[in-house]
Amino acid sequence: MFEIKDILETNRMISENNLDVRTITMGISLRDCAHPDINVTAQKIYDKITKKGENLVKVGEDLEAEFGIPIINKRVSVTPISIIGESCDANSYVPLAKALDAAGKAIGINFIGGFSAQVDKGYTKGDKILIASIPEALAVTDIVCSSVAIGSTKCGINMDAVAEMGRVIKKAAELTAERDAIGCAKLVVFCNAVPDNPFMAGAFHGVTEPESVINVGVSGPGVVKRALEDVRGQDIGAVAETIKKTAFKITRVGQLVAQEAARRLNTQFGIIDLSLAPTPAVGDSVAHILEEIGLESCGGPGTTATLALLNDAVKKGGLMASSYVGGLSGAFIPVSEDAGMIAAVERGSLTLEKLEAMTCVCSVGLDMIAIPGDTSAQTISAIIADEAAIGMINNKTTAVRLIPVPGKGVGDVVEFGGLLGYCPIMRVNTFKPDVFIARGGRIPAPIRSLTN
Amino acid sequence: MRIVLTIVGKDRVGIIAKVSNLLAEHGVNILNINQNILEGFFNMVLIADMAAADVSLKDLQEMAAQIGKEIGVEIKVQHEEIFTAMHRI
Repeated sequence: MFEIKDILETNRMISENNLDVRTITMGISLRDCAHPDINVTAQKIYDKITKKGENLVKVGEDLEAEFGIPIINKRVSVTPISIIGESCDANSYVPLAKALDAAGKAIGINFIGGFSAQVDKGYTKGDKILIASIPEALAVTDIVCSSVAIGSTKCGINMDAVAEMGRVIKKAAELTAERDAIGCAKLVVFCNAVPDNPFMAGAFHGVTEPESVINVGVSGPGVVKRALEDVRGQDIGAVAETIKKTAFKITRVGQLVAQEAARRLNTQFGIIDLSLAPTPAVGDSVAHILEEIGLESCGGPGTTATLALLNDAVKKGGLMASSYVGGLSGAFIPVSEDAGMIAAVERGSLTLEKLEAMTCVCSVGLDMIAIPGDTSAQTISAIIADEAAIGMINNKTTAVRLIPVPGKGVGDVVEFGGLLGYCPIMRVNTFKPDVFIARGGRIPAPIRSLTN
Repeated sequence: MRIVLTIVGKDRVGIIAKVSNLLAEHGVNILNINQNILEGFFNMVLIADMAAADVSLKDLQEMAAQIGKEIGVEIKVQHEEIFTAMHRI
Protein backbone atom coordinates (compact mmCIF):
# COMPACT_ATOMS: atom_id res chain seq x y z
CA MET A 1 0.00 0.00 0.00
CA PHE A 2 1.09 3.56 -0.59
CA GLU A 3 1.82 6.09 2.04
CA ILE A 4 -0.45 9.10 1.96
CA LYS A 5 2.55 11.39 1.47
CA ASP A 6 3.64 9.52 -1.68
CA ILE A 7 0.23 9.93 -3.25
CA LEU A 8 0.00 13.59 -2.33
CA GLU A 9 3.56 14.19 -3.55
CA THR A 10 2.73 12.82 -6.99
CA ASN A 11 -0.41 14.91 -7.25
CA ARG A 12 1.37 18.02 -6.02
CA MET A 13 4.05 17.53 -8.69
CA ILE A 14 1.30 17.49 -11.29
CA SER A 15 -0.95 20.24 -10.00
CA GLU A 16 1.58 22.70 -8.56
CA ASN A 17 4.92 21.98 -10.24
CA ASN A 18 3.83 21.43 -13.85
CA LEU A 19 4.85 17.77 -14.03
CA ASP A 20 3.71 16.48 -17.36
CA VAL A 21 4.57 14.15 -20.17
CA ARG A 22 5.77 16.65 -22.73
CA THR A 23 5.17 14.63 -25.83
CA ILE A 24 4.08 11.28 -27.16
CA THR A 25 5.63 11.13 -30.59
CA MET A 26 4.75 8.39 -33.01
CA GLY A 27 7.48 7.62 -35.49
CA ILE A 28 6.13 6.40 -38.81
CA SER A 29 8.23 5.01 -41.64
CA LEU A 30 7.29 6.39 -45.04
CA ARG A 31 9.77 4.24 -46.94
CA ASP A 32 6.98 2.48 -48.80
CA CYS A 33 5.52 5.77 -50.06
CA ALA A 34 8.10 6.61 -52.73
CA HIS A 35 6.74 6.90 -56.30
CA PRO A 36 7.89 8.66 -59.50
CA ASP A 37 4.74 10.82 -59.52
CA ILE A 38 4.93 13.35 -56.67
CA ASN A 39 1.14 13.57 -56.42
CA VAL A 40 0.94 9.82 -55.84
CA THR A 41 3.72 10.06 -53.25
CA ALA A 42 1.85 12.87 -51.47
CA GLN A 43 -1.35 10.82 -51.40
CA LYS A 44 0.47 7.74 -50.08
CA ILE A 45 2.09 9.84 -47.35
CA TYR A 46 -1.27 11.30 -46.35
CA ASP A 47 -2.94 7.90 -46.31
CA LYS A 48 -0.22 6.20 -44.29
CA ILE A 49 0.01 8.88 -41.60
CA THR A 50 -3.75 9.19 -41.18
CA LYS A 51 -4.07 5.41 -40.91
CA LYS A 52 -1.15 4.71 -38.56
CA GLY A 53 -1.75 7.77 -36.44
CA GLU A 54 -5.53 7.86 -36.40
CA ASN A 55 -5.82 6.90 -32.72
CA LEU A 56 -2.76 8.72 -31.41
CA VAL A 57 -4.57 11.75 -30.03
CA LYS A 58 -7.40 9.71 -28.53
CA VAL A 59 -5.03 7.30 -26.79
CA GLY A 60 -3.06 10.26 -25.46
CA GLU A 61 -6.20 11.86 -24.08
CA ASP A 62 -7.40 8.59 -22.53
CA LEU A 63 -4.08 8.05 -20.75
CA GLU A 64 -4.10 11.64 -19.59
CA ALA A 65 -7.48 11.13 -17.95
CA GLU A 66 -6.80 7.70 -16.47
CA PHE A 67 -3.45 8.50 -14.89
CA GLY A 68 -4.34 12.08 -14.12
CA ILE A 69 -1.18 13.46 -15.72
CA PRO A 70 -1.22 16.02 -18.52
CA ILE A 71 0.20 14.83 -21.84
CA ILE A 72 0.91 18.13 -23.52
CA ASN A 73 1.70 17.20 -27.10
CA LYS A 74 0.85 14.38 -29.44
CA ARG A 75 3.08 14.42 -32.48
CA VAL A 76 4.33 12.43 -35.42
CA SER A 77 7.81 12.08 -36.89
CA VAL A 78 8.43 10.56 -40.30
CA THR A 79 11.28 9.24 -42.41
CA PRO A 80 13.38 12.14 -43.77
CA ILE A 81 11.42 13.38 -46.78
CA SER A 82 14.63 13.76 -48.83
CA ILE A 83 14.71 9.95 -49.00
CA ILE A 84 11.03 9.57 -49.87
CA GLY A 85 11.02 12.39 -52.43
CA GLU A 86 14.18 11.26 -54.17
CA SER A 87 12.38 8.93 -56.58
CA CYS A 88 9.93 11.65 -57.61
CA ASP A 89 10.31 13.35 -60.91
CA ALA A 90 9.95 16.79 -59.33
CA ASN A 91 12.09 19.83 -58.60
CA SER A 92 10.34 20.87 -55.38
CA TYR A 93 9.07 18.83 -52.41
CA VAL A 94 6.64 21.48 -51.21
CA PRO A 95 3.67 19.23 -52.24
CA LEU A 96 5.02 16.59 -49.82
CA ALA A 97 5.22 19.18 -47.02
CA LYS A 98 1.60 20.06 -47.73
CA ALA A 99 0.65 16.38 -47.50
CA LEU A 100 2.38 16.14 -44.10
CA ASP A 101 0.59 19.28 -42.93
CA ALA A 102 -2.82 18.01 -44.06
CA ALA A 103 -2.29 14.55 -42.55
CA GLY A 104 -1.11 16.00 -39.24
CA LYS A 105 -4.11 18.29 -39.04
CA ALA A 106 -6.48 15.44 -39.95
CA ILE A 107 -5.34 13.36 -36.95
CA GLY A 108 -5.29 16.36 -34.61
CA ILE A 109 -1.58 16.57 -33.73
CA ASN A 110 0.18 19.90 -33.21
CA PHE A 111 3.49 19.26 -35.02
CA ILE A 112 4.83 16.80 -37.55
CA GLY A 113 8.58 16.44 -38.02
CA GLY A 114 10.68 14.96 -40.77
CA PHE A 115 10.82 17.44 -43.64
CA SER A 116 14.48 16.64 -43.29
CA ALA A 117 17.73 15.75 -44.97
CA GLN A 118 21.02 14.34 -43.71
CA VAL A 119 23.98 15.70 -45.58
CA ASP A 120 26.82 15.16 -43.09
CA LYS A 121 29.21 14.31 -45.91
CA GLY A 122 27.45 15.54 -49.04
CA TYR A 123 24.23 15.81 -51.00
CA THR A 124 22.20 13.38 -53.02
CA LYS A 125 19.75 14.69 -55.60
CA GLY A 126 16.87 14.41 -53.12
CA ASP A 127 18.81 16.21 -50.38
CA LYS A 128 19.43 19.16 -52.70
CA ILE A 129 15.78 19.47 -53.70
CA LEU A 130 14.58 19.11 -50.13
CA ILE A 131 16.86 21.78 -48.73
CA ALA A 132 15.92 24.17 -51.53
CA SER A 133 12.24 23.53 -50.73
CA ILE A 134 12.52 24.28 -47.00
CA PRO A 135 11.79 28.05 -46.93
CA GLU A 136 8.64 27.76 -49.01
CA ALA A 137 7.52 24.55 -47.28
CA LEU A 138 7.69 26.23 -43.87
CA ALA A 139 5.90 29.32 -45.14
CA VAL A 140 2.94 27.50 -46.69
CA THR A 141 2.39 24.93 -43.94
CA ASP A 142 1.53 25.40 -40.26
CA ILE A 143 2.67 22.32 -38.35
CA VAL A 144 5.47 20.86 -40.46
CA CYS A 145 8.93 20.92 -38.88
CA SER A 146 12.18 20.64 -40.75
CA SER A 147 15.70 19.63 -39.80
CA VAL A 148 18.96 19.29 -41.65
CA ALA A 149 21.96 17.36 -40.34
CA ILE A 150 25.14 19.00 -41.61
CA GLY A 151 27.77 17.06 -39.71
CA SER A 152 28.66 14.37 -37.21
CA THR A 153 31.58 13.00 -35.24
CA LYS A 154 31.90 10.16 -37.74
CA CYS A 155 31.67 12.28 -40.89
CA GLY A 156 33.02 15.73 -40.06
CA ILE A 157 31.19 18.89 -41.07
CA ASN A 158 29.81 19.60 -44.53
CA MET A 159 30.76 23.27 -44.91
CA ASP A 160 28.90 23.63 -48.21
CA ALA A 161 25.72 22.67 -46.35
CA VAL A 162 26.64 24.99 -43.47
CA ALA A 163 26.93 27.87 -45.94
CA GLU A 164 23.67 26.93 -47.59
CA MET A 165 21.76 26.64 -44.31
CA GLY A 166 22.69 30.23 -43.45
CA ARG A 167 20.97 31.29 -46.68
CA VAL A 168 18.02 28.92 -46.14
CA ILE A 169 17.40 30.37 -42.66
CA LYS A 170 17.50 33.91 -44.06
CA LYS A 171 15.09 32.95 -46.83
CA ALA A 172 12.72 31.19 -44.40
CA ALA A 173 12.72 34.38 -42.29
CA GLU A 174 12.01 36.51 -45.33
CA LEU A 175 9.07 34.37 -46.50
CA THR A 176 7.45 34.52 -43.05
CA ALA A 177 8.52 38.11 -42.28
CA GLU A 178 4.99 39.25 -41.51
CA ARG A 179 4.77 36.55 -38.79
CA ASP A 180 8.07 37.43 -37.07
CA ALA A 181 9.95 34.79 -39.07
CA ILE A 182 7.99 31.89 -37.56
CA GLY A 183 9.33 29.67 -40.36
CA CYS A 184 12.73 29.67 -38.64
CA ALA A 185 11.20 28.45 -35.37
CA LYS A 186 10.32 25.22 -37.21
CA LEU A 187 13.81 24.63 -38.64
CA VAL A 188 16.75 23.00 -36.86
CA VAL A 189 20.31 22.47 -38.09
CA PHE A 190 21.96 19.46 -36.44
CA CYS A 191 25.34 17.96 -35.81
CA ASN A 192 25.07 14.32 -34.67
CA ALA A 193 21.31 14.19 -35.31
CA VAL A 194 19.48 11.42 -33.46
CA PRO A 195 16.97 9.16 -35.23
CA ASP A 196 14.60 8.68 -32.28
CA ASN A 197 14.20 12.17 -30.86
CA PRO A 198 10.56 12.82 -29.90
CA PHE A 199 10.97 16.58 -29.50
CA MET A 200 10.22 19.19 -32.14
CA ALA A 201 11.35 20.85 -34.26
CA GLY A 202 14.12 18.28 -34.73
CA ALA A 203 12.16 15.02 -34.65
CA PHE A 204 12.45 12.64 -37.59
CA HIS A 205 12.01 8.88 -37.91
CA GLY A 206 15.50 7.63 -38.78
CA VAL A 207 16.25 4.84 -41.20
CA THR A 208 17.33 2.57 -38.34
CA GLU A 209 13.85 2.78 -36.80
CA PRO A 210 11.04 0.21 -37.20
CA GLU A 211 7.81 0.55 -39.19
CA SER A 212 6.26 2.59 -36.40
CA VAL A 213 7.25 3.36 -32.84
CA ILE A 214 6.26 5.36 -29.78
CA ASN A 215 8.88 7.66 -28.28
CA VAL A 216 8.09 9.75 -25.24
CA GLY A 217 9.64 12.94 -23.97
CA VAL A 218 9.24 13.64 -20.28
CA SER A 219 9.62 16.99 -18.65
CA GLY A 220 9.42 18.62 -15.26
CA PRO A 221 11.83 21.52 -14.62
CA GLY A 222 9.28 22.83 -12.10
CA VAL A 223 9.41 19.59 -10.12
CA VAL A 224 13.22 19.68 -9.94
CA LYS A 225 13.19 23.33 -8.86
CA ARG A 226 10.65 22.56 -6.11
CA ALA A 227 12.63 19.56 -4.84
CA LEU A 228 15.80 21.66 -4.66
CA GLU A 229 14.05 24.19 -2.43
CA ASP A 230 14.16 21.53 0.30
CA VAL A 231 17.98 21.24 0.23
CA ARG A 232 18.86 24.93 0.40
CA GLY A 233 22.11 25.44 2.33
CA GLN A 234 23.27 21.86 1.85
CA ASP A 235 26.38 20.94 -0.15
CA ILE A 236 26.40 20.35 -3.91
CA GLY A 237 26.31 16.55 -3.47
CA ALA A 238 22.86 16.93 -1.93
CA VAL A 239 21.80 18.95 -4.98
CA ALA A 240 22.96 16.22 -7.38
CA GLU A 241 21.28 13.53 -5.30
CA THR A 242 17.99 15.42 -5.16
CA ILE A 243 17.98 15.96 -8.94
CA LYS A 244 18.67 12.25 -9.52
CA LYS A 245 15.82 11.12 -7.31
CA THR A 246 13.43 13.58 -8.90
CA ALA A 247 14.49 12.60 -12.42
CA PHE A 248 13.87 8.97 -11.50
CA LYS A 249 10.29 9.68 -10.49
CA ILE A 250 9.58 11.83 -13.53
CA THR A 251 10.99 9.21 -15.87
CA ARG A 252 9.00 6.37 -14.34
CA VAL A 253 5.82 8.20 -15.23
CA GLY A 254 7.08 8.67 -18.79
CA GLN A 255 7.93 4.99 -19.04
CA LEU A 256 4.47 4.00 -17.84
CA VAL A 257 2.76 6.28 -20.34
CA ALA A 258 5.04 5.19 -23.19
CA GLN A 259 4.51 1.47 -22.64
CA GLU A 260 0.77 1.84 -22.28
CA ALA A 261 0.53 4.11 -25.33
CA ALA A 262 2.54 1.67 -27.44
CA ARG A 263 0.33 -1.23 -26.31
CA ARG A 264 -2.90 0.58 -27.11
CA LEU A 265 -1.64 1.83 -30.47
CA ASN A 266 -0.51 -1.66 -31.34
CA THR A 267 3.06 -0.63 -32.01
CA GLN A 268 6.36 -0.88 -30.20
CA PHE A 269 7.80 1.27 -27.45
CA GLY A 270 10.98 2.96 -28.63
CA ILE A 271 12.66 5.17 -26.09
CA ILE A 272 12.15 7.64 -23.28
CA ASP A 273 13.90 10.94 -23.85
CA LEU A 274 15.13 12.11 -20.46
CA SER A 275 14.92 15.80 -21.10
CA LEU A 276 14.03 18.69 -18.90
CA ALA A 277 12.04 20.70 -21.42
CA PRO A 278 10.91 24.11 -20.21
CA THR A 279 7.82 26.04 -21.29
CA PRO A 280 7.20 29.77 -20.99
CA ALA A 281 4.80 29.05 -18.08
CA VAL A 282 5.76 30.29 -14.63
CA GLY A 283 7.41 27.49 -12.64
CA ASP A 284 8.56 25.49 -15.68
CA SER A 285 12.03 26.91 -16.25
CA VAL A 286 15.49 25.34 -16.50
CA ALA A 287 17.11 28.74 -15.81
CA HIS A 288 15.27 28.91 -12.50
CA ILE A 289 16.78 25.56 -11.47
CA LEU A 290 20.28 26.98 -12.01
CA GLU A 291 19.30 30.03 -9.98
CA GLU A 292 17.88 27.78 -7.24
CA ILE A 293 21.27 26.03 -7.07
CA GLY A 294 22.76 29.41 -6.24
CA LEU A 295 23.23 31.80 -9.15
CA GLU A 296 21.98 35.37 -9.00
CA SER A 297 21.00 35.14 -12.66
CA CYS A 298 21.30 32.49 -15.35
CA GLY A 299 24.13 33.37 -17.71
CA GLY A 300 26.43 34.68 -14.98
CA PRO A 301 29.64 32.92 -13.86
CA GLY A 302 28.81 29.43 -12.58
CA THR A 303 26.11 28.82 -15.19
CA THR A 304 28.04 26.21 -17.18
CA ALA A 305 29.02 24.29 -14.04
CA THR A 306 25.51 24.19 -12.59
CA LEU A 307 24.06 23.20 -15.96
CA ALA A 308 26.62 20.40 -16.31
CA LEU A 309 25.66 19.11 -12.87
CA LEU A 310 21.95 19.29 -13.69
CA ASN A 311 22.32 17.60 -17.07
CA ASP A 312 24.37 14.74 -15.67
CA ALA A 313 22.19 14.14 -12.63
CA VAL A 314 19.03 14.04 -14.77
CA LYS A 315 20.57 11.27 -16.88
CA LYS A 316 21.79 9.27 -13.90
CA GLY A 317 18.40 9.39 -12.24
CA GLY A 318 16.45 8.72 -15.40
CA LEU A 319 18.58 5.84 -16.67
CA MET A 320 17.48 3.45 -13.96
CA ALA A 321 13.85 4.39 -14.36
CA SER A 322 13.52 3.35 -17.97
CA SER A 323 14.52 0.23 -19.84
CA TYR A 324 15.27 2.16 -23.05
CA VAL A 325 16.66 5.65 -22.98
CA GLY A 326 17.43 7.60 -26.12
CA GLY A 327 16.64 10.75 -28.05
CA LEU A 328 18.41 13.86 -26.88
CA SER A 329 18.20 13.20 -23.12
CA GLY A 330 19.43 16.18 -21.16
CA ALA A 331 18.40 19.67 -20.19
CA PHE A 332 17.07 21.90 -22.97
CA ILE A 333 17.90 25.58 -23.02
CA PRO A 334 15.59 27.16 -25.60
CA VAL A 335 15.66 30.85 -24.83
CA SER A 336 12.17 31.96 -25.90
CA GLU A 337 10.50 28.94 -24.29
CA ASP A 338 11.91 29.47 -20.80
CA ALA A 339 10.71 32.31 -18.58
CA GLY A 340 13.99 32.35 -16.63
CA MET A 341 16.12 32.50 -19.79
CA ILE A 342 14.01 35.34 -21.16
CA ALA A 343 14.38 37.28 -17.90
CA ALA A 344 18.14 36.63 -17.92
CA VAL A 345 18.43 38.04 -21.45
CA GLU A 346 16.34 41.06 -20.45
CA ARG A 347 18.52 41.87 -17.45
CA GLY A 348 21.67 41.49 -19.56
CA SER A 349 23.16 38.45 -17.86
CA LEU A 350 22.72 35.93 -20.67
CA THR A 351 24.55 36.38 -23.97
CA LEU A 352 24.86 34.32 -27.13
CA GLU A 353 28.48 33.50 -26.25
CA LYS A 354 27.49 32.17 -22.81
CA LEU A 355 24.73 30.11 -24.39
CA GLU A 356 27.34 28.60 -26.70
CA ALA A 357 29.40 27.57 -23.68
CA MET A 358 26.29 26.10 -22.06
CA THR A 359 25.63 23.96 -25.13
CA CYS A 360 28.89 22.11 -24.45
CA VAL A 361 27.34 20.53 -21.38
CA CYS A 362 23.64 20.23 -22.11
CA SER A 363 21.62 18.20 -24.52
CA VAL A 364 21.09 20.39 -27.52
CA GLY A 365 22.30 23.77 -28.67
CA LEU A 366 21.51 27.34 -29.58
CA ASP A 367 17.78 27.00 -29.48
CA MET A 368 14.97 29.46 -30.15
CA ILE A 369 17.16 32.52 -30.18
CA ALA A 370 15.92 35.65 -31.93
CA ILE A 371 18.70 37.67 -33.54
CA PRO A 372 18.71 40.95 -35.50
CA GLY A 373 17.10 40.74 -38.94
CA ASP A 374 20.15 42.26 -40.59
CA THR A 375 22.43 39.41 -39.45
CA SER A 376 24.12 38.09 -42.60
CA ALA A 377 23.70 34.55 -43.92
CA GLN A 378 27.46 34.09 -43.51
CA THR A 379 27.33 35.03 -39.83
CA ILE A 380 24.48 32.57 -39.26
CA SER A 381 26.49 29.90 -41.09
CA ALA A 382 29.53 30.57 -38.94
CA ILE A 383 27.46 30.27 -35.76
CA ILE A 384 26.17 26.93 -37.11
CA ALA A 385 29.77 25.85 -37.81
CA ASP A 386 30.88 26.75 -34.27
CA GLU A 387 27.99 24.85 -32.74
CA ALA A 388 28.54 21.85 -35.03
CA ALA A 389 32.21 21.82 -34.06
CA ILE A 390 31.26 21.54 -30.39
CA GLY A 391 29.03 18.58 -31.23
CA MET A 392 31.54 16.90 -33.51
CA ILE A 393 34.46 17.12 -31.12
CA ASN A 394 32.47 16.22 -27.99
CA ASN A 395 30.58 13.37 -29.63
CA LYS A 396 27.22 14.89 -28.75
CA THR A 397 24.21 16.33 -30.50
CA THR A 398 24.22 20.05 -31.08
CA ALA A 399 21.58 22.04 -32.88
CA VAL A 400 20.97 25.56 -34.04
CA ARG A 401 17.54 27.16 -34.24
CA LEU A 402 18.12 30.86 -34.83
CA ILE A 403 15.47 33.33 -35.86
CA PRO A 404 16.76 36.41 -37.69
CA VAL A 405 13.65 38.58 -37.39
CA PRO A 406 13.28 40.93 -40.39
CA GLY A 407 13.05 44.57 -39.44
CA LYS A 408 13.92 44.01 -35.80
CA GLY A 409 17.09 44.72 -33.87
CA VAL A 410 18.58 44.50 -30.38
CA GLY A 411 16.10 45.97 -27.90
CA ASP A 412 13.03 44.74 -29.78
CA VAL A 413 10.95 41.83 -28.58
CA VAL A 414 9.48 39.10 -30.73
CA GLU A 415 6.39 37.10 -29.79
CA PHE A 416 5.86 33.62 -31.24
CA GLY A 417 2.95 32.64 -29.04
CA GLY A 418 2.04 29.38 -27.32
CA LEU A 419 4.80 26.93 -26.44
CA LEU A 420 7.27 28.84 -28.62
CA GLY A 421 7.10 31.82 -26.25
CA TYR A 422 8.62 35.25 -26.75
CA CYS A 423 12.12 36.66 -26.71
CA PRO A 424 14.11 39.87 -26.77
CA ILE A 425 16.38 40.07 -29.83
CA MET A 426 19.92 39.06 -28.78
CA ARG A 427 23.11 40.79 -29.82
CA VAL A 428 25.31 38.98 -32.36
CA ASN A 429 29.06 39.55 -32.79
CA THR A 430 29.32 41.40 -36.12
CA PHE A 431 32.95 40.69 -37.08
CA LYS A 432 32.75 38.95 -40.45
CA PRO A 433 33.42 35.22 -41.10
CA ASP A 434 32.64 35.63 -44.84
CA VAL A 435 35.97 34.42 -46.22
CA PHE A 436 35.89 31.29 -44.05
CA ILE A 437 32.32 30.44 -45.08
CA ALA A 438 33.06 31.09 -48.78
CA ARG A 439 35.75 28.37 -48.77
CA GLY A 440 33.20 25.53 -48.73
CA GLY A 441 34.31 21.89 -48.66
CA ARG A 442 34.28 19.56 -45.67
CA ILE A 443 35.90 19.65 -42.25
CA PRO A 444 37.48 16.18 -41.88
CA ALA A 445 36.12 13.81 -39.25
CA PRO A 446 38.02 14.33 -36.01
CA ILE A 447 40.58 11.96 -34.54
CA ARG A 448 38.03 10.75 -32.02
CA SER A 449 35.91 9.31 -34.83
CA LEU A 450 38.59 6.67 -35.35
CA THR A 451 37.49 4.42 -32.52
CA ASN A 452 37.63 1.04 -34.24
CA MET B 1 -8.20 -2.46 -12.05
CA ARG B 2 -7.31 -0.59 -8.90
CA ILE B 3 -7.82 3.10 -8.51
CA VAL B 4 -6.56 5.77 -6.14
CA LEU B 5 -9.06 8.39 -5.10
CA THR B 6 -7.70 11.46 -3.37
CA ILE B 7 -9.61 14.19 -1.64
CA VAL B 8 -8.04 17.45 -0.61
CA GLY B 9 -9.93 20.43 0.76
CA LYS B 10 -11.49 22.18 3.71
CA ASP B 11 -12.78 19.74 6.32
CA ARG B 12 -16.56 19.37 6.85
CA VAL B 13 -19.07 16.76 7.96
CA GLY B 14 -19.93 13.94 5.56
CA ILE B 15 -17.10 13.94 3.01
CA ILE B 16 -16.33 10.24 3.40
CA ALA B 17 -20.04 9.39 3.54
CA LYS B 18 -20.73 11.08 0.21
CA VAL B 19 -17.82 9.43 -1.53
CA SER B 20 -18.24 5.93 -0.13
CA ASN B 21 -21.89 6.11 -1.07
CA LEU B 22 -20.96 6.88 -4.69
CA LEU B 23 -18.50 3.97 -4.78
CA ALA B 24 -21.01 1.53 -3.24
CA GLU B 25 -23.70 2.52 -5.72
CA HIS B 26 -21.45 1.59 -8.61
CA GLY B 27 -19.90 -1.59 -7.25
CA VAL B 28 -16.48 -0.13 -6.51
CA ASN B 29 -14.93 -2.02 -3.60
CA ILE B 30 -12.92 0.00 -1.07
CA LEU B 31 -9.65 -1.71 -0.08
CA ASN B 32 -8.01 0.91 2.06
CA ILE B 33 -8.74 4.35 3.42
CA ASN B 34 -6.11 6.68 4.84
CA GLN B 35 -7.30 10.02 6.11
CA ASN B 36 -5.98 12.86 8.23
CA ILE B 37 -6.34 16.57 8.88
CA LEU B 38 -3.23 18.59 8.05
CA GLU B 39 -3.35 22.25 9.11
CA GLY B 40 -7.15 22.33 8.88
CA PHE B 41 -7.11 20.63 5.51
CA PHE B 42 -8.80 17.33 4.92
CA ASN B 43 -6.52 14.82 3.14
CA MET B 44 -7.76 11.41 2.15
CA VAL B 45 -6.34 8.66 0.02
CA LEU B 46 -8.63 5.78 -0.81
CA ILE B 47 -7.64 2.71 -2.76
CA ALA B 48 -10.40 0.72 -4.40
CA ASP B 49 -10.99 -2.09 -6.83
CA MET B 50 -13.10 -1.54 -9.94
CA ALA B 51 -13.23 -5.20 -11.01
CA ALA B 52 -16.99 -5.40 -10.37
CA ALA B 53 -17.80 -1.78 -11.14
CA ASP B 54 -20.68 -0.90 -13.44
CA VAL B 55 -19.08 2.35 -14.63
CA SER B 56 -15.91 3.28 -16.52
CA LEU B 57 -13.03 5.09 -14.88
CA LYS B 58 -13.85 8.18 -16.92
CA ASP B 59 -17.47 8.24 -15.72
CA LEU B 60 -16.41 7.69 -12.13
CA GLN B 61 -13.95 10.58 -12.44
CA GLU B 62 -16.72 12.87 -13.63
CA MET B 63 -19.18 11.82 -10.91
CA ALA B 64 -16.55 12.19 -8.19
CA ALA B 65 -15.51 15.61 -9.48
CA GLN B 66 -19.17 16.68 -9.42
CA ILE B 67 -19.54 15.63 -5.76
CA GLY B 68 -16.31 17.46 -5.00
CA LYS B 69 -17.76 20.59 -6.52
CA GLU B 70 -20.92 20.29 -4.42
CA ILE B 71 -19.07 19.91 -1.10
CA GLY B 72 -16.16 22.22 -1.87
CA VAL B 73 -13.25 19.74 -2.01
CA GLU B 74 -11.06 18.50 -4.83
CA ILE B 75 -11.60 14.84 -5.70
CA LYS B 76 -9.29 13.08 -8.15
CA VAL B 77 -9.59 9.50 -9.33
CA GLN B 78 -6.56 7.95 -11.01
CA HIS B 79 -5.35 4.59 -12.19
CA GLU B 80 -3.17 3.13 -9.41
CA GLU B 81 -0.28 2.43 -11.77
CA ILE B 82 1.02 5.99 -11.88
CA PHE B 83 1.79 5.79 -8.16
CA THR B 84 3.27 2.31 -8.43
CA ALA B 85 5.54 3.54 -11.22
CA MET B 86 6.74 6.55 -9.31
CA HIS B 87 7.12 5.15 -5.80
CA ARG B 88 7.99 1.47 -6.23
CA ILE B 89 11.07 0.08 -7.92
